[in-house]
Amino acid sequence: MDRIPILRMGRSLLVTIQVDLQDRTAVALQEDLSAKIEETGADGVLIDISALEIVDSFVGRMLSTISGIARVLDATVVVVGMQPAVAITLVELGLSLEGVRTALNVERGMAVLRAAQDRRGG
Amino acid sequence: MGYARPLGNGGSPMNIEVKAIVDVLEAAPERFRQDWLSEVSKSGSARATSATAERDVRAIFDALLGGLRAGADPGRFEDAGWHPLHNVLAALSQSRAAQGSSAGETSQFVMALKRPLFVDLRQHTGNDAQRLFDALWTSSLLVDRMAQWTADTYQRSREDVVQRQQEELLELSTPVVKLWDGVLAVPMIGTLDSSRTQLVMESLLQRIVETGSELAIIDITGVPTVDTLVAQHLLKTVTAIRLMGADCIISGIRPQIAQTIVHLGIDLQGITTKATLADALRLAMRSAGYTVTRAGG
Repeated sequence: MDRIPILRMGRSLLVTIQVDLQDRTAVALQEDLSAKIEETGADGVLIDISALEIVDSFVGRMLSTISGIARVLDATVVVVGMQPAVAITLVELGLSLEGVRTALNVERGMAVLRAAQDRRGG
Repeated sequence: MGYARPLGNGGSPMNIEVKAIVDVLEAAPERFRQDWLSEVSKSGSARATSATAERDVRAIFDALLGGLRAGADPGRFEDAGWHPLHNVLAALSQSRAAQGSSAGETSQFVMALKRPLFVDLRQHTGNDAQRLFDALWTSSLLVDRMAQWTADTYQRSREDVVQRQQEELLELSTPVVKLWDGVLAVPMIGTLDSSRTQLVMESLLQRIVETGSELAIIDITGVPTVDTLVAQHLLKTVTAIRLMGADCIISGIRPQIAQTIVHLGIDLQGITTKATLADALRLAMRSAGYTVTRAGG
């Protein structure tokens, strides 16, 4: 089974989803990410889904769940690069991903994370 | 002469009623067409110029006579024998629809054929009441079906026109404009339904990705009414924009619309709304860190 790599960049974690997410991959990512946040003490997570072209309600909910878990572990999550078709699909599925922060691309996403980290006070 | 036969058993190549009609039409074609034309102008439906009317009359006359001569059954107007007449009538109603005549006027044009035809049939059959009745019944049926056919094609061609206009309107009415670096605007004009919202949403989201704009302004000045459905469409668009990582302002909310929104209990909380596009642009500039000052002021 594919596992999605989680990279560490300073105080943030970087997750780039390059394949279409299977349900099991998604669950594995959720577990890996929470373990990694705990392990590294990261306070920001950036999830790049620009390569993701197909989503279903499960993946949509998983994004919400990951964000919730990270928040409990005191890390900010930013989802970046969502494709228009994916956004429309999620809206039609009735998933507005409340509480998940989004940004247009990785650069802007990093800016959001940095701003959040500055607010925490360096 | 006893023609006591049941109605509507048109089996033979040319039965007696059809023969009577053909005889009447052939007797004096020129005068017959003149009678028809004057009947048309009497009914007040002659909006087309007399030249076109005359041409149309001649075309229908020829196709009708041709059909009857070829042995087409007046009782079964859908038959292949009537195809030339179908085409002529279709052309008539299409050109009338394009000129803006009403369906009534167009079928009236065909119905005007009745009077000269009946008058001539009466003269033709003399005192034979049964024969006259049979001939009148057959010809009346035929003319009615012709008028119906005309009205049907008229309606179809009008529907085509409406359909085409709708599509053109859809394409025209959804431009995404760039107002400033990182600020896009969509001036919505006309009623918002699901297909239009979908189109606007798609083109707006696409442009957001292409330009990397962080703010989109949806201006609804040109939207005549906002009901719960329209509000829901707007909310969907805003949610999709947020999912992409951009932000959205809705502007151009007229006082009446603001009242309607509150009366309907539509929840626009969490969405930035502004009265005018100018207000929205001002907010956009300010949030991007721009200040606008008058030079030398």
